[in-house]
Amino acid sequence: MLNLGAALPEIFMAVASLALLMLGVFTGKDRSFRTVSWAAVGAMIVALVLVITGEGGAAFSGQFLADPFARFCKVLILIGSAVGVVMTMKFAERERMARFEFPILLMLATLGMMAMVSASDMLSLYVGLELQSLALYVVAAIRRDTVRATESGLKYFVLGSIASGMLLYGMSMVYGFTGSTSFAVIGDAVSNGELSVGTLVGLAFIFAGLCFKVSAAPFHMWTPDVYEGAPTPVTAFFAVAPKIAGLALFVRVALGPFAGVVGDWQQIIVLISILSMAWGSFAALRQNNIKRLMAYSSIGHVGFALVGLAAGTEAGVQAILVYLGIYLVMNLGTFAVILSMRRHDRMVEEIADLSGLSRTKPLMAAVMALLMFSMAGIPPLAGFFGKFYVFKAAVDSGLVTLAVIGLVTSVVSAYYYLRVIKVMYFDEPVEGFDRNGTELNVIMALATIIILVFAFFPNPLTDTAAAAASALFGN
Amino acid sequence: MEIGLAHYLTVAAILFTLGIFGIFMNRKNVIIIMMSIELMLLAVNINFVAFSSFLGDLVGQVFTIFVLTVAAAEAAIGLAILVVYFRNRGTIAVEDINMMKG
Repeated sequence: MLNLGAALPEIFMAVASLALLMLGVFTGKDRSFRTVSWAAVGAMIVALVLVITGEGGAAFSGQFLADPFARFCKVLILIGSAVGVVMTMKFAERERMARFEFPILLMLATLGMMAMVSASDMLSLYVGLELQSLALYVVAAIRRDTVRATESGLKYFVLGSIASGMLLYGMSMVYGFTGSTSFAVIGDAVSNGELSVGTLVGLAFIFAGLCFKVSAAPFHMWTPDVYEGAPTPVTAFFAVAPKIAGLALFVRVALGPFAGVVGDWQQIIVLISILSMAWGSFAALRQNNIKRLMAYSSIGHVGFALVGLAAGTEAGVQAILVYLGIYLVMNLGTFAVILSMRRHDRMVEEIADLSGLSRTKPLMAAVMALLMFSMAGIPPLAGFFGKFYVFKAAVDSGLVTLAVIGLVTSVVSAYYYLRVIKVMYFDEPVEGFDRNGTELNVIMALATIIILVFAFFPNPLTDTAAAAASALFGN
Repeated sequence: MEIGLAHYLTVAAILFTLGIFGIFMNRKNVIIIMMSIELMLLAVNINFVAFSSFLGDLVGQVFTIFVLTVAAAEAAIGLAILVVYFRNRGTIAVEDINMMKG
């Protein structure tokens, strides 16, 4: 069954990105950057509406499944990508990287992410993941005249390719030992709770590949370098959309085809989650570059989200989805602040550059302080609830030790978030930042409002996340 | 001696391991890393084709065609990034890729 209606948002994105590519080519190189960027944002918003209003369902003979889980993740991905494109525009024009290919590559990456969270077969998973990865390798190196950006692109490419290789090797083993690449058939083959050795090896390789993609420790080593070297709006994009898509894919694979053997992979996820939380907290302590700090922070956040996966229950999946939604808002807000760190028309990236921000730009300092408190998980801000839900899910399924370790690392990570606040409020002021664009102020304001009011109105997010989680478990 | 599925899987496993070692042991040249990545993907293809033939199921071979196509695109992008890197840095030795310490 073809059933194109279920894949309408993806088809629209594909056609729109090709049309914009044509527009860019025929209107000439740099003049069309702004037009193409706004058109890309528009296309993402249209796709968002199509995702929300679409009827969903399976398509392409079981290769593609637009269930509520996929639709929830697609909404987060599209919001992240659209805001990412908006944040890029002014930066790209100032830094002379305003090429119209840039928004189109982000669109293609978004299309890949949408396809992979909807995958219900190893083949469509692989194609979606590669569409995302290939576009992002180019985006990381988009400033092709600087050594750091090209180096980060090169590192991302090499480690991303290793990840794809491992993932594929795992898929081939699973295919050979279960006889199919379809998630449903693999699920039936392992549903008696027994894994053959070959399938177990394949499962381990698939998980290793996915850990690379979401930058969970011990496969995180590319993250700090890529985040530091890539242009800041690209880093903002990397920290948000691909992370969400990767974690959603992780959940989809672990609790789709391998739902029957939770006991076999639970230990792996617990270990990875502990390592990520610990590494994300301790290694961040000695960072001076704010982008590197955000890289370690995102490794830690992946660890916290994986706590929910380790629980392996419906409540766990709901907790991950809520966590991802809050993570999206907090990161977009923080990167809007980081993007405002410009002095004499140049980006500055050291934490020390924030010194005395409370006196030069009190409002921005207050926003950053709130975001940092939220990231550290201090109530009543949204970040606290994200952590609360995942730890609660872990405790409910008996993983008390994991939850305790998570709490301890969360306290450690609070140290470096609070250090940023200390630098802003108690250090001697340095020269103020340049005026920043309206769009960054709007993003900061929205992010702040959302993390402040989440405690009073959590239902829109938690209820849709609950519906999405229950769809994944087939009720 | 009959050549069975196990032989194909062994060859593929050896090639895959060689690919991984080629990436992590090599200190000379990024081109060698690209060749190692290609080797890993080809090992996977041997696996898929062997399983496909053994199971009498065509999906494995279809998968192989997809992997080949994507691998070609991946190599093109990798080489393009390598070229712009070389233009900026003037070297592609692995030990010189150290502007940022991670």
